[in-house]
Amino acid sequence: MKTVNLKRKSNNMPNTAELQDFTTQVRRDILRMVHRVNSGHPGGSLGCAEFFVVLYQSIMKQKLPFQMNGEGEDLFFLSNGHISPVFYSVLARSGYFPVEELNTFRHLNSRLQGHPTTHEGLPGVRIASGSLGQGLSVAIGAALAKKLNGDSHLVYSLHGDGELQEGQNWEALMYASGKKVDNLIATIDYNGQQIDGSTDDVMPMGDLKVKLAAFGWEVVEILQGNDLEAILKGMTEAKSKTGHGKPVAVLLHTVMGNGVDFMMHTHAWHGKAPNDDQLEIGLSQNKVTLGDY
Amino acid sequence: MIKTYINTGSKDTRSGFGAGLEALGNQNDKVVALCADLTGSLKMEEFRDQHPDRFFQVGIAEANMIGIAAGLTVGGYIPFTGTFANFSTGRVYDQIRQSVAYSGKNVKICASHAGITLGEDGATHQILEDLGLMKMLPGMTVINTCDFNQTKAATIAIAKLNGPVYLRFGRPKVPNFTPDNQNFEIGKAVLLTEGTDVTIVATGHLVWEALEAAKSLEGQGISAEVLNIHTIKPLDDEAILKSVAKTGCLVSAEEHNFLGGLGESVARVLALHHPVPQEFVATNDTFGESGTPEQLMEKYGLNAATIEAKVKKAIGRK
Repeated sequence: MKTVNLKRKSNNMPNTAELQDFTTQVRRDILRMVHRVNSGHPGGSLGCAEFFVVLYQSIMKQKLPFQMNGEGEDLFFLSNGHISPVFYSVLARSGYFPVEELNTFRHLNSRLQGHPTTHEGLPGVRIASGSLGQGLSVAIGAALAKKLNGDSHLVYSLHGDGELQEGQNWEALMYASGKKVDNLIATIDYNGQQIDGSTDDVMPMGDLKVKLAAFGWEVVEILQGNDLEAILKGMTEAKSKTGHGKPVAVLLHTVMGNGVDFMMHTHAWHGKAPNDDQLEIGLSQNKVTLGDY
Repeated sequence: MIKTYINTGSKDTRSGFGAGLEALGNQNDKVVALCADLTGSLKMEEFRDQHPDRFFQVGIAEANMIGIAAGLTVGGYIPFTGTFANFSTGRVYDQIRQSVAYSGKNVKICASHAGITLGEDGATHQILEDLGLMKMLPGMTVINTCDFNQTKAATIAIAKLNGPVYLRFGRPKVPNFTPDNQNFEIGKAVLLTEGTDVTIVATGHLVWEALEAAKSLEGQGISAEVLNIHTIKPLDDEAILKSVAKTGCLVSAEEHNFLGGLGESVARVLALHHPVPQEFVATNDTFGESGTPEQLMEKYGLNAATIEAKVKKAIGRK
């Protein structure tokens, strides 16, 4: 099968203005998808919009059409599956499936399930996620397969910070450093929020940077996790640290609900859809750029 | 006359797994193995020593092992995970459910020390619920082999099936009586001996006990047909129905709780297509305890004597 490189906004590496337009459209998609079905998770999705856009448009090398085995390309695994709206929007707008399909999010007979899955064969998804804490182990397995196959491409993963309360993550963190899985970049969406409140209130996790380093990981911190250039710089730095015997973690400081003022800095919009009026306000703060689906 | 089977020398079924894995390692370079600190108990040393690059020691971290196995399939590998049955199922049910079964990943979950015959370690390690847990997962193939030769053949066969498999075997030395280098057909029951009065469907360590019971029953003028049901899912409905059409009653025998095991799967087939009296040889909604395998099989009624008694009961209900 003939494969082509991932669809990008322009033939060359997109510039910041183009990435900004892309991100704004992704925010509109997230709001409209969640509003239409009156369910889903806008908060974390909005917080990670810039990250996904930079990852898929500037950082990863991926091929179309989608092939499960991912031979000769970078792979991405989403562990915190509830932020499926941002994942689906970026996949569709990167050419994995028609953007019109975003209309079917969470509807009956859709490939866009509430949480991502391979079960309906949606291109771009390589593992089901939703039950938290499993994605890092899967990403490690895929990274080990890359090594066995002599494939020098990288494996990326994304995890919520609250998700790190699941013990399996710490098994995986221990394994990846102990067994020198150094072709893996695991990013943690460090927004400090979870369903019941702030992570500090619900289950304080202490100094994550120190903990990850103590588990033998290289840690890159992106303090401005909603700034496209900061993400690009941080992820480029993370890439440069691969291949040196240690797995790489990225602490991505984000603002939940970013780009929609009333959704920002609160856990209230973790899993709640905007009503008609709230949607209008959110969309008015994010004008059409690439065109609505 | 019932067909006679010769025990060519008792061996543990887990060693059959080890031998099968070793053979696979040399046949197929896509086969990889993972173990959670029980390499010796699972008899995975030969694979480990011959293919160190394809063997992953994950330590005492079964959840991580299942996830890594799921990830390895993405790159085209066929992972075989190895640990005790309890830690292969109950401990990691959600990981298997989401990352393996729902994700449709080609992972082979290989589980030793299943059932009560694990013996002296006691109930914390003697899982009697694993068949039920695994057979309820959509898309999961569930296999419980009866002796060394069959376990070796099954291990080799499941590598050719594209999809998740639960392969269950055990610790004690049991009679080895099925053919060496047999062709293992997933989902096909093996008719061990023909009979006309009762059908005995048995799985795992209870298959030999069923043959012993059939031999004893023959001396009492009762003709028993014995089916070796090595694949619990997908179940060979056709073979079961063909047999009960002739015999008119059935006894199921397994080293598992009667809730969720082989017997319940068979009962469903009978209820739907051909209701006949059925009796269950299984544990009775209980945990196990410490003891030798022989003592435990006797105390919990998992032996030829119990099968014989249940056969008479089933025939009496016709």
